[in-house]
Amino acid sequence: MNDVEEAITRAHREEWARVVAALTRRFGDLDVAEEAAAEAFATAVERWPADGVPPNPGAWLTTTATHKAIDRIRRENKRHDKHKEAQSMHHDDPPESLGAIDDDRLRLIFTCCHPALAVEARVALTLRLVGGLTVAEIARAFLLSEGAVGQRITRAKAKIKAARIPYRVPSAEDLPARVTGVLTVLYLVFNEGYLATGPDTDPVRQDLTSEAIRLTRLIRALLPDDGEVAGLLALMLLIEARRPARVSASGELVALDEQDRGAWDRALIAEGHQLVRERLATGQAPGRYQILAAINAVHTSARDIRDTDWSQVVALYDQLVRLDPSPIVALNRAIAVAELDGPEVALAAVDRLDGALAGYHAYHVTRADLLRRLGRSRESREAYDKAIELAGNTAETAYLIRRRDQLR
Amino acid sequence: MRYLVSVIDDENSPDNTDRRPAISEFNERLMAEGHWVFAGGLAGTDAATVVDNRGEQAVFSDGPFVESKEFLAGVWVWEVPDLDMALKLASEASKVCDRKIEVRPFL
Repeated sequence: MNDVEEAITRAHREEWARVVAALTRRFGDLDVAEEAAAEAFATAVERWPADGVPPNPGAWLTTTATHKAIDRIRRENKRHDKHKEAQSMHHDDPPESLGAIDDDRLRLIFTCCHPALAVEARVALTLRLVGGLTVAEIARAFLLSEGAVGQRITRAKAKIKAARIPYRVPSAEDLPARVTGVLTVLYLVFNEGYLATGPDTDPVRQDLTSEAIRLTRLIRALLPDDGEVAGLLALMLLIEARRPARVSASGELVALDEQDRGAWDRALIAEGHQLVRERLATGQAPGRYQILAAINAVHTSARDIRDTDWSQVVALYDQLVRLDPSPIVALNRAIAVAELDGPEVALAAVDRLDGALAGYHAYHVTRADLLRRLGRSRESREAYDKAIELAGNTAETAYLIRRRDQLR
Repeated sequence: MRYLVSVIDDENSPDNTDRRPAISEFNERLMAEGHWVFAGGLAGTDAATVVDNRGEQAVFSDGPFVESKEFLAGVWVWEVPDLDMALKLASEASKVCDRKIEVRPFL
């Protein structure tokens, strides 16, 4: 990648949501904002190689997008003058209490995560408008056709406009309920960044993980007493801290037991542990994210895999199962059980999940590993084959192929 | 912005409590706050008549246009700034009527 291409990629990562959010605020229309932002980036791709990268790419993009939007609105106004005013999105000035932490992107994310939209629509809309992913990338991430994702986004935008879903941060009394919906979406975005799908993307997309963290930090500043916000932030930080050790120089995923723990980011770990301690000190019953953060705090406190307090991990998973009795939680609990009670006990628990998780690559990865440890090579190889077939992350596929080929 | 607010009844969960006093009180508040445009309770669907005059002559038939376990028990029209306000009031309306509520914007 040359310098200009790199500058465009960086600008897209850093400025996309800002441009969409600023234009939505100015023009009161998500469609106009999205299209104008996309056009501005296309213009950058055209012009920057010849004209050079502007000194302030963000300002250049916002100005260019604003001009594109004005052009479009002028064109449309000629066609149907009357409807324009009536259909534009409604937004109030933000409540004053927001002060310095107010951010157009936060306003954008609350609109994208509005409870009047279906959950799938919220995720797709947030990834497109806040995360800047293309429809194709979102389709890959959620195993859908591009047509289905495009339609989901179009319908959601149409509902926002027709039903007049406001473009603002919710009032103080509505905030806690609205935040839960936002956290779900942010965690999905983070996960897509942490285990990016698709042959053409980096295996770990730091742009998505750091955007998810950045927005979670913003929400934490807004709601410092919300345990789940703190929990999700701690969880993301403790996972992000391990990123430097997670992909090898040859582009292969490195499992937790083989990671170079010296490469972990100590500052992020310290911050994550501090948040977990603060939540424990409140004595309030933890929610899902706080429990997951606590599990990751146990992992990041251990010098190596053998030093890990697995009984503590299993106890935390037991707590999580009570809140969320889903097969995926049961699968993760079984992985910890393997360390505590051995692979045979764990495999029995994993095999019980066959019906629910047969199409989930992590189920086959777990089985393959447990079968390998039990010396059942042939079955392990079959499970690796299945896992390789289902895995969408390039680094994970490389790792699985090596593990399979090492089987005797 | 105007919204049609429909009160959805369910024939499987009959309810004999008289909710009219609470609804009247809620209506007075809607009026005082400037949100009330219209409100009306509806007679049962067995009192409905369907008219179809798309053909040669008008055809009148007995009953609602769709047979369903759920039916419209009444409607409001509210004037509020945005969907958040409409949903907040609809949450109260759902309690007051002890029914599901559908909120739908006018064009």
